Amino acid sequence: MSTVAAAHDDHHHHAPTGLKRWLFSTNHKDIGTLYLWFSFAMFMAGGFMAMVIRAELLEPGMQFVDPEFFNQMTTVHGLTMVFGAVMPGFVGLANWMVPLMIGAPDMALPRMNNWSFWILPFAFTILLSSVLMSAFGAGHPSAPNFGWTFYAPLSTEYGPASTDLFILSVHMMGISSIMGAINVIVTVFNLRAPGMTLMKMPLFVWTWLITAFLLIAVMPVLAGAVTMVLTDRHFGTSFFSAAGGGDPVLFQHVFWFFGHPEVYIMILPAFGIISAIIPTFARKPLFGYASMVYATASIALLSFVVWAHHMFTVGMPLAGTLFFMYMTMLISVPTGVKVFNWVATMWRGSMTFELPMKWAIAFVILFTCGGLSGLMLAITPVDFQYHDTYFVVAHFHYVLVTGAVFSMFAAAYYWLPKWSGVMPSKLLGELHFWNSLISVNLLFFPMHFVGLAGMPRRYADYALQFADYNFWISIGGFWFGLSQLFFLALCLQCAMKKGEKAPAKPWDGAEGLEWEVPSPAPFHTFDTPPVVK
Amino acid sequence: MSDSNSLEARNKRTLKKLTIWAVAMFGFAFAMVPFYNVICDITGLNGKTSSTANTEAPSRLVEDRKVVVEFITQNGTGMNGDFLPASRRVEVHPGEITLVNFYASNPKSSNIVTQSIPSVSPGEAARYLHKTQCFCFDQQTLAAGERKEMPMIFYLDPELPRHINTLTLSYTIFDVTDRVAGINNNTVLD
Repeated sequence: MSTVAAAHDDHHHHAPTGLKRWLFSTNHKDIGTLYLWFSFAMFMAGGFMAMVIRAELLEPGMQFVDPEFFNQMTTVHGLTMVFGAVMPGFVGLANWMVPLMIGAPDMALPRMNNWSFWILPFAFTILLSSVLMSAFGAGHPSAPNFGWTFYAPLSTEYGPASTDLFILSVHMMGISSIMGAINVIVTVFNLRAPGMTLMKMPLFVWTWLITAFLLIAVMPVLAGAVTMVLTDRHFGTSFFSAAGGGDPVLFQHVFWFFGHPEVYIMILPAFGIISAIIPTFARKPLFGYASMVYATASIALLSFVVWAHHMFTVGMPLAGTLFFMYMTMLISVPTGVKVFNWVATMWRGSMTFELPMKWAIAFVILFTCGGLSGLMLAITPVDFQYHDTYFVVAHFHYVLVTGAVFSMFAAAYYWLPKWSGVMPSKLLGELHFWNSLISVNLLFFPMHFVGLAGMPRRYADYALQFADYNFWISIGGFWFGLSQLFFLALCLQCAMKKGEKAPAKPWDGAEGLEWEVPSPAPFHTFDTPPVVK
Repeated sequence: MSDSNSLEARNKRTLKKLTIWAVAMFGFAFAMVPFYNVICDITGLNGKTSSTANTEAPSRLVEDRKVVVEFITQNGTGMNGDFLPASRRVEVHPGEITLVNFYASNPKSSNIVTQSIPSVSPGEAARYLHKTQCFCFDQQTLAAGERKEMPMIFYLDPELPRHINTLTLSYTIFDVTDRVAGINNNTVLD
């Protein structure tokens, strides 16, 4: 797509070392690395909570935790994974890759970049401290226990004291993501290398640009929602309190106005990653570049008019449910365009199956499974059966785990040579991939069946008829959780520079400016902007 | 770099625009509240009935049609006394003015102020239910140990859509004593 005619100077190394390097860093690569490690740490923390959930559900009846603690686990698991693992993971990838891909020397607002990262550890310390207090503190004060969607009145009238910790931490996470998003937009608008027109940008940059606009549009709405919960709790307002003339259903409208664009925030960058990897290993240019851009933009626009499909059962007028049903189904058109484009890119390509490609193909197939169950959920009358069952849990874990998380693994395997300068261990990589692929399906596929049979989500116990399925789901869960230790080992090896030295362009079919700089990417790149022809 | 000044200026401009947008979207979240209430008033979404008395008399009486109106009552936060309608179910002609008494009791040893919140199902019927008098229009004070009779007078709009044969009017009664006193009543439940 683009070629470079510029040499890179690697002459000035005045980077601070030690702790200061990381605390005060304004370098997009260092901040990207911080984001990625933070995301992985949160993935492990959220994963540990999932293990507690699956241990309790291994057998019917109560075994390990009481139902109250179980509710705290489901709540904080969701919050940690969404705001701690997936979103910062993608911001980390954007930090590392967007400047490299558009030939910029750094992010446009490096100090803000530092700030937007360093807010996060504090936000999650606040949130996760409530779990620690609940598990080990005197009197076991409850951590947030109302589900990650914090519906009123569960979070207002019935919310535990720690709800205020939750509100503060969500405000901080929101400020962090808004600043991260602003940084991406300013960088893409103002720092592109000469000749890098918008329609020449790699798709990862495009999808991130659109994601950043979504973030700026909806993260403030989430901030508004938590602010309303805060004032309802302490300052006598009644936004969501029927007693004072408010309406709890209003909460769901405000929340899902944020929440639906949010799910695309967590998947659009994944589309960009897959659109980078598949052409590399199929050795063909991406099929339908322009249609990919337009499809991404359509998905982003449609995401604002589908929110009420999360709340079909609140008693909306028929016309309302029909509108949201049709709009939701319409999203499958641009999404379908993307899937067909990926398949068409692979069609008659000279495919090889290196690790990034394996993850990318797994993404295409399994994300499509999640998309199909989403289409089923969009049908209003059948949603009355599926609503709040494990079918929904299966659906969003297929799109978020085998979708968003798999795409981040694909990205890590694809760009780790560039980040670390060494090729990741093939053995650990293969073990990680195959164990994850098999276990993740054992974990999430049977959830469709128990969901259709009527097992409700967010309960610490279940009817005896679901026992066999839940046993195997839990086994899949533990297996998937342990499989991630292979990835941890692989990342540590790369961080310690153990392994085969990586060339500047380790994948022979790869295109793009990031492969024009040496591996590992030097501290400063593109001081002189490359010229893109 | 020679153009660093202009680049910095451009960055600042973009930053400013995007920040304004983010702040505006924060405001938009709050603008959704009155917007939602207007939409509910117009469409009867969520079964919200009008909170003021209807002063118009029904235009006509539809004698050849009967509609079942059911009443549901429940105690909200802070309430633990009886809260019941005199009758759970009435059959009315659209346009027929009907009185139904509700009873609320306060078993506590102190006076309380209550507010009842109505909701109609199906929601689209809400704007066809006209109340000329309702205990829900105002806060009701219940003395300690008092059992109070609270009248509600309503009629159904003669234009009530034909497919609605049964509608349910639900009331939830809340203790709003602290709210009225201007005290934060959101005690944390542990």
